[in-house]
Amino acid sequence: MPTSPSEAFEAFDLAVIGAGPAGLAGAVTANEAGLSVALLDSAAHTGGQYFRHPAPALGATRPQALHHDWPAYAALRARLAASSVKHLPGHHVWTVTREAEDRWTVHALTGTDGEADEPVTVRARAVLLATGAYERQLPFPGWTLPGVVGAGGAQAMLKAGLVLPGKRVVVAGSGPLLLAVASSLAAAGARVPAVVEASGYLGYARRPRALATNPHKLLEAAVHGSALLRHRVPVRTRSVVTQVHGTDRVEAVTVARVDRHWRPVPGTGRRIACDALAVGHGLVPQIELATTLGCATRRTPDGTTALDLDDLQRTSVPGLWAAGEPGGIGGWALARTEGELAGLAIAARLAGRPPHTGGRLPGLRRDRARMRAFAEAMAAAHAPGHGWTRWLTDDTDVCRCEEVTAGRVREAARDLGAHDARTVKLLTRAGMGWCQGRMCGAAVACLATEGVADGTAEGTVPPSAERRPLAVPVALGALGAETSERPAAEPDTERPTAP
Amino acid sequence: MARTPVELAGAEPGLSFAITFDGREVPALPGQTVAAALWAAGILAWRTTRDGGRPRGAFCGIGQCYDCLATVNDHPNRRACLVPTRPGDRVTTQEGHGRADLAV
Repeated sequence: MPTSPSEAFEAFDLAVIGAGPAGLAGAVTANEAGLSVALLDSAAHTGGQYFRHPAPALGATRPQALHHDWPAYAALRARLAASSVKHLPGHHVWTVTREAEDRWTVHALTGTDGEADEPVTVRARAVLLATGAYERQLPFPGWTLPGVVGAGGAQAMLKAGLVLPGKRVVVAGSGPLLLAVASSLAAAGARVPAVVEASGYLGYARRPRALATNPHKLLEAAVHGSALLRHRVPVRTRSVVTQVHGTDRVEAVTVARVDRHWRPVPGTGRRIACDALAVGHGLVPQIELATTLGCATRRTPDGTTALDLDDLQRTSVPGLWAAGEPGGIGGWALARTEGELAGLAIAARLAGRPPHTGGRLPGLRRDRARMRAFAEAMAAAHAPGHGWTRWLTDDTDVCRCEEVTAGRVREAARDLGAHDARTVKLLTRAGMGWCQGRMCGAAVACLATEGVADGTAEGTVPPSAERRPLAVPVALGALGAETSERPAAEPDTERPTAP
Repeated sequence: MARTPVELAGAEPGLSFAITFDGREVPALPGQTVAAALWAAGILAWRTTRDGGRPRGAFCGIGQCYDCLATVNDHPNRRACLVPTRPGDRVTTQEGHGRADLAV
């Protein structure tokens, strides 16, 4: 870790981490307002997860066939092309360090999967985190069999690689993503024998105002719904996959009804033949870079941990902003709005101007409030019920990396008094593997507090917002090379001119 | 109605090329990752776990879960869902941590 600030090269005004809708919008908006901007992203192309699309070599002439909202992405991409934003693809950010409110260093590994040995740095006067989200997984017997894939994972592999995990794919879990995934898979030629949703959709009706002020969300649901009808995909609500069958790959799943707490109802299991299962239980904000810096967090209605942001997208750490999913799952349109807001706010802050000067700001803030209200209603409707742990058997792997079973996690909690994810990890290695608890964190935290629930949790307690100094695996060689880290890029000496 | 993802996206990729998986030839399209090429060939597992020796393949599809680790051109622990294919790539099932040569 560098201990003394170096004057070796000039800083960008702003470093944006993540080139999805939030990061793209933030980067181009700040640049259009006169800032020099570096935009770092781990992928080779912009778009993030939602606007993930085939590599140019695949020659997709209709990338929009996999995206209802492609024009919005095309517009952001055009603004990027017209800008002087320095896009740094293939940059895997592993930590962000702060020397002062306006002196930041972003540390990254390079390469398609961060395999290049040489670490790089980007210096900036402010940082915008637009790191998106990853999928929440809850384990169930058989979920480690090949052919069981994340619902978002199936979607990502389809959008980028134009491939399917199987010919008959059951889609299961909870959340609005399931309908989108099922309609994409069906459109791409897969049979989808069932969409299995653990919650109902009636939860939305309890927040009529959030629905009424977000008519586009109803339209979106109608689009997916009609696509599913067209492909004759049955949707089973209040149901879950309780078991995957097969020895070396998926051959079938058992689907059972659940009560409103997600407890399986005995005797309701039905077997559905399939060769793949796409599963996910909502999304989790990706906030490690921020929690390591000590940013304040908040708990969302579906039990995840998100960054606590003010109405200008500021985190609690001065100089650090965030936009999109890190502030709570809300989808691409909210992410884009927050990115624009952050871009304007940061430009004003660095120029020493007050941000409340009218223009686009009030409208953006209204849009954000409206969409956040819907997002919170959606999160509440799909919050995991506490009864989900009932479908685990003692030999179900909870931690996929370290192969730690539910039985061992429960033993640590029950017999050894481990009542939080961190203590369970120290005793069992659950969450200690390659993914650093991203796949098992929600489940481990929940199992650890089983029986000693604090009453605040509906179905999951959030994994503790641990300070994780390394957000991605870093080779010791790369850490050793830290002293010779080279700048990934420096701003052009010619400053962009404000419009 | 499109029958395949390639038809759905109207993809007109360049000529496919061959990579190998455990010595067997597998076609790949330019621009596909290792995991995508293997899925297209119906291969879902290319790693065995360290403890149970259980088969694993791509799970999260976005480079977060590290379940898809494979040995590519003798380099272990490459995330197959991120690594693009190149003609002649040799992909082999990664046994455990993939560093048997180190005898640790």
